[in-house]
Amino acid sequence: MKASAAGYARAENLRHAIEMLVASEGEGRVLAGGQSLVAAMNMRLSAGDLLVDISRLNELSGVSQEGDTVRIGALTRHAQVGADPIVRARVPLLAAAVAHIAHAAIRNRGTIGGALAHADPAAEFPACALALGAEIHVEGPEGDRSIPAEDFFEDVFTTALEEDEILTALSVPAAETGEVQLIEEVARRSGDYALAGLCLVRRAKGHRVALFSVGPKPILATGAMTALDAGDVDGAVAALTSEIDPPSDTQASAAYRRHLAGVLLRRAVARLEGDRT
Amino acid sequence: MTEMFRDKVDVALTVNGEPVEARVPAGQHMIDFLRLDLGLTGAHASCEHGVCGACTIRVDGVSVRGCLMLAAQADGAEVWTVEGLTDTAAITDLQDAFVARNALQCGFCTPGMLVAAEELLSAGGTPSRAEIREHLSGNYCRCTGYEAIVDAVESVAKARAGKGDA
Repeated sequence: MKASAAGYARAENLRHAIEMLVASEGEGRVLAGGQSLVAAMNMRLSAGDLLVDISRLNELSGVSQEGDTVRIGALTRHAQVGADPIVRARVPLLAAAVAHIAHAAIRNRGTIGGALAHADPAAEFPACALALGAEIHVEGPEGDRSIPAEDFFEDVFTTALEEDEILTALSVPAAETGEVQLIEEVARRSGDYALAGLCLVRRAKGHRVALFSVGPKPILATGAMTALDAGDVDGAVAALTSEIDPPSDTQASAAYRRHLAGVLLRRAVARLEGDRT
Repeated sequence: MTEMFRDKVDVALTVNGEPVEARVPAGQHMIDFLRLDLGLTGAHASCEHGVCGACTIRVDGVSVRGCLMLAAQADGAEVWTVEGLTDTAAITDLQDAFVARNALQCGFCTPGMLVAAEELLSAGGTPSRAEIREHLSGNYCRCTGYEAIVDAVESVAKARAGKGDA
């Protein structure tokens, strides 16, 4: 089908973009890489939007490291995230996740901020942000604020972003020496949405486990984390399968997704142990 | 409020090396603009939600889904389609290999397939068959079963690598 947009405007800078969102009185929609939004518009899942195109705002693109924090601009494209030397060295989870995201042509255009703001429950980056304990930076008419990833994702395609706010960056703690970050997922074909996916981070102060495609939003599996900290893998799998409530759909049943989550945790732990030897 | 937003947007870009200026509807995607307004019907509008890859074109040096990019976003962009890549002979060896290996039957996917394959080949090196499959995983072909397409891309990769050594 064909997209229906009520209007389009190219933002000159971040302030301008926010002013346009405010002026659009709830009809505004931020357009960045467009890899989810334009698809939704073509399918008429989203129609009559006033598009605020922020894709030219170079100040929102790029990766930098300040001390122990890596900051990734919202408009950094997936392919750039995957190739960036700072990301590869200090946030390897994000670089590894890129290989699982859609296909090359989509990774060339989609942005990490767009993926976070879109909050598709099957998407990799939101779960990565959760597993890493990222801070999500947003800017609105009253100024900027930072939201912990744990509070940012609220429901299917729903985040803590207000209508007139724009996601500007995320910051994540740079991996410490000895830290391991892994992603595991099962999809029917390369580039398909995950049937289930799991991110595992092991730091000196403990494990972090986040899952995607097993519920309405990415889930931090705190029970599994506690069990892993105690060295109890079976206990972690048991905790994990009880703390998720995955949906059934045409791709997979809830029972299969729950089973997969346990399999993915065991695979990730096996890789952790392989890494240690 | 509404004067901030336009339902028609002026864009100036280059398409296949030629400057183009146009006024496009706010919601029009690149493929409709290329096909309906410029008559460049090589890239196809098919699934129109980014799944099939038949609309793959090159924008600012990289492959993109023409159906997932608005024409309004193309202001200042450098766009190449299969027509331009054919005219400049940039992909002649690839096209010849597709014919020689029977890497197309109906041909619907071929323009997108060529642009995607060329992106991989132009990155240099000799990709493995697995890397070729992975890079083309976003381009559907319902005729060939892909094997012949991978053969064609692999043979060009090897031929270009050989030429580089000589």
